[in-house]
Amino acid sequence: MDEAQLKVFVSIVQHYFEKVTGKAAEVGTPFLGEPTELPIHDFTGVIGISGSQRGCVYFSAPGQMLKELLLRAGETDVSEGNLADLTGEIANTISGNARREFGSEFLISVPVVVRGSGQHITVPKGVKAYVIPLRWHKIAAALVVSVAKA
Amino acid sequence: MTARKLLIADDSNIVRSKIARALGQHGLHIVGLAANGREALELFKTTRPDVLTMDLTMPEMDGIECIRAIRALDSKVRILVVSALSDKGTAIQALKEGAQGFLDKPFTEAELSDAIGELLEETSHG
Repeated sequence: MDEAQLKVFVSIVQHYFEKVTGKAAEVGTPFLGEPTELPIHDFTGVIGISGSQRGCVYFSAPGQMLKELLLRAGETDVSEGNLADLTGEIANTISGNARREFGSEFLISVPVVVRGSGQHITVPKGVKAYVIPLRWHKIAAALVVSVAKA
Repeated sequence: MTARKLLIADDSNIVRSKIARALGQHGLHIVGLAANGREALELFKTTRPDVLTMDLTMPEMDGIECIRAIRALDSKVRILVVSALSDKGTAIQALKEGAQGFLDKPFTEAELSDAIGELLEETSHG
């Protein structure tokens, strides 16, 4: 993944928060993450990537951020089930929107949601994992992109 | 005037709720909520909606396959694809399979209302 491709994901994350909440997320400088030390928050939505690229994209956020996002969207049910659902939907939306740049051969799976900040997400061996840190309403979350040409 | 019947297919509960909230206020009668293409197809057969909103990335049966199966049963139902797959190729394929509209995720309730409004206007004109 080159810098221009990474910028695509940065731009998609910014657009997502701005569109859904009216307030853009503050996106920090992306960095190369150590596979054993990748950020994990309360809920993590993982999308498998295949086709022209291989790897995974995941969005991880604390419950507090997800609750706030649901309430802002007019959703009154902020149960754990809906927090998990939202995490998967955000991961799916960001990955799906990336097809605008990567094309229809950038195939995305349905989301798998992992609960608990003590979990570990295994990224594909030999594929670099870039961490895109973000803050929204002073709450930190992260998008991790571990994708390479197939 | 009879309210038009709407079926919503999306694997996300919160997206189904958002669409139901937004379009329920526009005089559409929600006849079913489906979490995948297979459920949507079964609900379609029993409820015979006038309009469908269809996600594409869903488990068990994806949206494109579901549109194809529904089109084989009914040529008149109006289908709006609501999907994060925002490349042109996917939109063209969905339209070729029989959808009449395509709305990118993320979307606002106003954008959804406009997209459904256009779809229904085309029906009444033609």
